[in-house]
Amino acid sequence: MSSAVDPAPKLSSDEISSHKTSFQGLILTLQNFWAAQGCVILQPYDMEVGAGTFHPATTLRALGPKPWKAAYVQPSRRPKDGRYGENPNRLQHYYQFQVILKPNPPNLQELYLASLDAIGVDLKLHDIRFVEDDWESPTLGAWGLGWECWCDGMEVSQFTYFQQVAGFECAPVAGELTYGLERLAMYVQGVENVYDLNFNGGSGEDRVSYGDVFLQAEQEYSRHNFEAADTAMLFRQFTDAEKACRSYLDAGAPATQTERHRMAQPAYDQCIKASHVFNLLDARGVISVTERQSYILRVRELAKACGAAWLRTAGGGAP
Amino acid sequence: MPDLLLELRSEEIPARMQRRAADDLKKLVTDAMVERGFLYEGAKAFATPRRLALHVAGLPARGKDVREERKGPRVGAPDGAVQGFLKSAGLTSIDQATVVTDPKKGEFYVAVIERPGRDTLDVLAEILPQVVKSFPWPKSMRWGAASAQPGALRWVRPLQSIVATFGPETETPEVVPFAVDGIVAGTTTWGHRFLSPGPIEVRRFDDYVQALERAHVVLDTERRKDIILHDARDLAFARGLELVEDDGLLEEVAGLVEWPVVLLGTFDEAFLEIPAEAVRATIRANQKCFVLRKGGSDALAPAFILTANLVASDGGLAITAGNERVVRARLSDARFFFETDKAVLLEDRLPKLDTIVFHEKLGTQGQRVERIAALARELAPLVGADPDLAERAARLAKADLVTEMVGEFPELQGLMGRKYATLQGEPASVAAAIEEHYKPVGPSDRVPTDPVSVAVALADKLDTLVGFWAIDEKPTGSKDPYALRRAALGVIRLILDGSFRLHLLTIIQHQVLFVQGLADLPGKYDEKRRGDGHTTRQVKLEVCEQIADSLLIFFADRLKVYLRDQGARHDLIDAVFALRGQDDLLMVVRRVEALGRFLDSDDGRNLLAGYKRAANILRIEEKKDGRAYEGAPDAALAAAGEPEERALSEALVVAREAASTAVAAEDFAGAMRALSTLRAPVDAFFEKVTVNAAEPRLRENRLALLNALREATQEVADFSRIEG
Repeated sequence: MSSAVDPAPKLSSDEISSHKTSFQGLILTLQNFWAAQGCVILQPYDMEVGAGTFHPATTLRALGPKPWKAAYVQPSRRPKDGRYGENPNRLQHYYQFQVILKPNPPNLQELYLASLDAIGVDLKLHDIRFVEDDWESPTLGAWGLGWECWCDGMEVSQFTYFQQVAGFECAPVAGELTYGLERLAMYVQGVENVYDLNFNGGSGEDRVSYGDVFLQAEQEYSRHNFEAADTAMLFRQFTDAEKACRSYLDAGAPATQTERHRMAQPAYDQCIKASHVFNLLDARGVISVTERQSYILRVRELAKACGAAWLRTAGGGAP
Repeated sequence: MPDLLLELRSEEIPARMQRRAADDLKKLVTDAMVERGFLYEGAKAFATPRRLALHVAGLPARGKDVREERKGPRVGAPDGAVQGFLKSAGLTSIDQATVVTDPKKGEFYVAVIERPGRDTLDVLAEILPQVVKSFPWPKSMRWGAASAQPGALRWVRPLQSIVATFGPETETPEVVPFAVDGIVAGTTTWGHRFLSPGPIEVRRFDDYVQALERAHVVLDTERRKDIILHDARDLAFARGLELVEDDGLLEEVAGLVEWPVVLLGTFDEAFLEIPAEAVRATIRANQKCFVLRKGGSDALAPAFILTANLVASDGGLAITAGNERVVRARLSDARFFFETDKAVLLEDRLPKLDTIVFHEKLGTQGQRVERIAALARELAPLVGADPDLAERAARLAKADLVTEMVGEFPELQGLMGRKYATLQGEPASVAAAIEEHYKPVGPSDRVPTDPVSVAVALADKLDTLVGFWAIDEKPTGSKDPYALRRAALGVIRLILDGSFRLHLLTIIQHQVLFVQGLADLPGKYDEKRRGDGHTTRQVKLEVCEQIADSLLIFFADRLKVYLRDQGARHDLIDAVFALRGQDDLLMVVRRVEALGRFLDSDDGRNLLAGYKRAANILRIEEKKDGRAYEGAPDAALAAAGEPEERALSEALVVAREAASTAVAAEDFAGAMRALSTLRAPVDAFFEKVTVNAAEPRLRENRLALLNALREATQEVADFSRIEG
């Protein structure tokens, strides 16, 4: 059978997956690398989050005794970091590549370095450094010890051994790697402005830049985040999400000590929601310094309650 | 004598923890050895980003033998006693004990217990795992599959291998046999992560250091620092530049590399429009790089020194280019901050301070600035400053806290404020005061001299002290989270260095009212009478006085510490503070100085002796009679008595009057001179006159004379507080 449409691709498969020529190639390379390490390659969580850590595949799966290996790209929203598309390094929406391995394998540092090699960072040529950086997420009630990973003086990843999540000790400890994809791509492609990144690896007319994909969005969302976001609605949404989280936790709560919790994940979605709404309110500058602390505490209480519920589920290792 | 070599290799140890960890390792191991009776000749510990190492030289191969004789019961004692003895002496049968005959006690058993000294290797195998398990890291973590179990090993980052060998120089040392959480001590370590990633076999300290060196690891931090410093200076020199040295940064950088490779990068000269301090802070804090000066000048050069951990195959071109890119991006940010900041006048930033809480109970930064501005205005005339300028400077002093630049680099507070003030055309003294009002920061920091700076510096510190005193957040023991001791010392140094006259009590009381929001409300509380007839305002004033008194005592303590460091006698300071209402620190110090000189003279010493004698007699007689002799002596009665009695009576009137006048004129040396005229009459009085005369009226009058002496000395100090 023949087709009327010319099926010949514009790029060879080598070109498509080349980390050197395209942003998406970098992502594909990392996915392949970690897939080879036995990770499930997940897709982004379908909610607005501030970092890949919020994905239940990290937050919830880091809790409990069950082994877990996953890798995924997570679009991350930081409303306050918007610069109307005018700053070459700062974005209110960017991509993180997240790897979580529980328990952390003994050679996690070596695996990380091998992944850098895979995306074209020659370890004989570049100065890679592990610089102290203790990670803490007050909203998630989580902390860990680790490093910022520097490549020639630039921070390209975060490397953390989770010690506590949602107020619970991690047993066993999970190792978390977070790659800042835009920064890494800028480095690999030798580009000074994020909007100049080659997104698809095409050249000439076929070339699509990061700016082609995201510049307009950065401008629009910066306006939204700083000037227009409906604060009355957001305050309502925060309260609603907080209430919903609690009510789902109650509704799914086990009746006896031996039963499992039945609704930990839907409740956690509402915790994620509250956290993002808080970030938007914060960007709008309508939360005072003292209130700020109390909002963070409210989200943390939700995260802790969801973590406790998760530990009563099959995924959390409950009998 | 055998040596111990210990290496604990881990993933990257934070630079700031390495030195302390090496010290702790040395102390923990050697203390534990000494505690068990094992002495050593020397010990040295080392740290790199990936290892802690310890060398203990000259340990004995085994401990000393111990021979102990233990007395037991009499021969023929009840079986219970014999069994107990056997158990405690570790014997299985009474035959193993010897029988000793004593002429008094008869025959009794003695057990000779001989304990051979333990092998050092065994003792080390006991100590080392304990040291690892209980190591005092400031922050530690669990990792890997083992972390699922409670009680899993904690280390600063995952611990990967242990080398532990023990033995004399001439033989192959033995491995100290121990394991911690599955990590077995051995003789294998690994070299530089990238340059020599393979395993290395090591035997003892000497070959360990050399093997590491061959594997691109410089073990000694001091050597790494030397290499960085010298290479950095040389690289700079070759370009006609000078290194801006920075000990803290050098220490940190040496803790980030095992094999330092120093490189020089450059940036666009146009970035030097940014204030030099901000350029330096940007490059230092974010990139951990050194900045450079143009040779023979204070101006920065558009270049920096970076320290890599790699001998790169291209000679470092890619590393330098990468670092230059990051420095460029960071300096672009800094320039953006600077340009953005310049676009807003400092006073236009003040409303933002109203939204920042300074302390929950002390209101916002905005309210604090209002109080400081009011106080600075009030203090200005006392320190020779223009009140308008002082108020203006105080009002702008905290505005830079909400600039982008200070938000990014908090250590630039004050300094950026000064830059922005200068750029917006503020008078030089206002701009200077914005930077200098934080000074003096420590005991060795410079004290500002510009009167406007002094007024704002005093106002800032006094308001802080008064605030925390008013909410009862005083320093206790080693806890001083708001650095109030430092603030008080700052006030003291500002006052003394400038020879300013300040009545602290009045100033503090006024500021307490201000802190409590009452200063501008005279009479407002008068109507609200309380049941006991006090007005609320009166009550507030009493509280206010208590707070002021308490804070003044704190100042007295700090002044004592300060003067003691300068060599003054603490009892003299006590003697002066014991007088009521001493809140003028300059006068306190002058008085202490004069008193010290006086007591160094013969007249002073003798008068003090006379005073002590008089005070003793009074104490005894007053106790005996159950009353105080406080009335003035009867001059006529004294005139009619012994000539010495009359002379003292007359001298006291004259001396006290003269001392009082001199004190009023702040002529403390004069006051001391006036008192010194009492020496001869006091000596003569004690020599010729019997205080406890038979005639009660005479006795009473003579005691009153002694009391008058006591009171006369009170004009200058409380002599009862003086020692010696």
